[in-house]
Amino acid sequence: MLAKIYITLKKDVLDPQGSVIANSLKSLGFNNIEDVRQGKYIEIKLDSENEDTANKQLNEMCEKLLANLVIEDYKVEID
Amino acid sequence: MKSHVIVFPGSNCDRDVAVAIKNISGDQPQMVWHKETSISQSDLIVVPGGFSYGDYLRCGAMASTSPIMQDVVKKAKEGVPVLGICNGFQILIESGLLDGALMRNNSLSFICRDILIKSKNQSSVFTKKTQVAKMPIAHNEGNFFATSEQLKRIQDDDQIAFQYCDENGNVGCQSNPNGSLENIAGILNKNKNVLGMMPHPERAADLAHGCEDGKTIFESILN
Repeated sequence: MLAKIYITLKKDVLDPQGSVIANSLKSLGFNNIEDVRQGKYIEIKLDSENEDTANKQLNEMCEKLLANLVIEDYKVEID
Repeated sequence: MKSHVIVFPGSNCDRDVAVAIKNISGDQPQMVWHKETSISQSDLIVVPGGFSYGDYLRCGAMASTSPIMQDVVKKAKEGVPVLGICNGFQILIESGLLDGALMRNNSLSFICRDILIKSKNQSSVFTKKTQVAKMPIAHNEGNFFATSEQLKRIQDDDQIAFQYCDENGNVGCQSNPNGSLENIAGILNKNKNVLGMMPHPERAADLAHGCEDGKTIFESILN
């Protein structure tokens, strides 16, 4: 089973990297950019048959290590 | 004084801080490799600066799961003074010993220069002797952030140890090098026996460094 984890800064946390990327994209002519937020993408291969158990485990991984919940949100998808 | 310095793969200020402690206290600290699981009786545990685990995932995140950290957390909860400097501050936050988060500097640049700090809480074991002090910072992720609830708790419980300031001790935007909330350069835990700080006192602890202001922090711990 393959899990895809997306970690992004919380909406109310300033993302200076995102702002710089937005400016760079605008300078390339993409003038309709409204906002850019940069995050992390992690793939985890799991030996698990049960999606519910895997989901629970993946959430625990995010909360214990993969995301810093003070500044980041996370989303787990299972393929 | 019996002190211990934790060494992770990628630590690079471990020996600097050991030299500073030896010069100030007269006693040689014991270096503790991160794979060890316990620390003997200690008067001070230092989590030094550097780039533990190459800053993978988030600065300090990997090191916070090292075997030795369980005993550091246990000793901290028993009241042993624990000092985290720079990457050590990041590790203490990731270990849950201190509140908040250290984000990338708002300039998006690594900053390496002398700054001034002043102690806000002057009654902790670490901060009794420091007024306005000069010492270097050298970091990419030192921008202190806390949720509004955390910040209120930190302020209400007098947990702000150091703030970036100017030469007159004024705290303002112009003396803030990295975007830290409330100019925070260092915070204490609720019991005031754990300090995390971004500036490097061990790099301002000898005349050859050009400044000895950092000694005040180690002298405060000694007395």
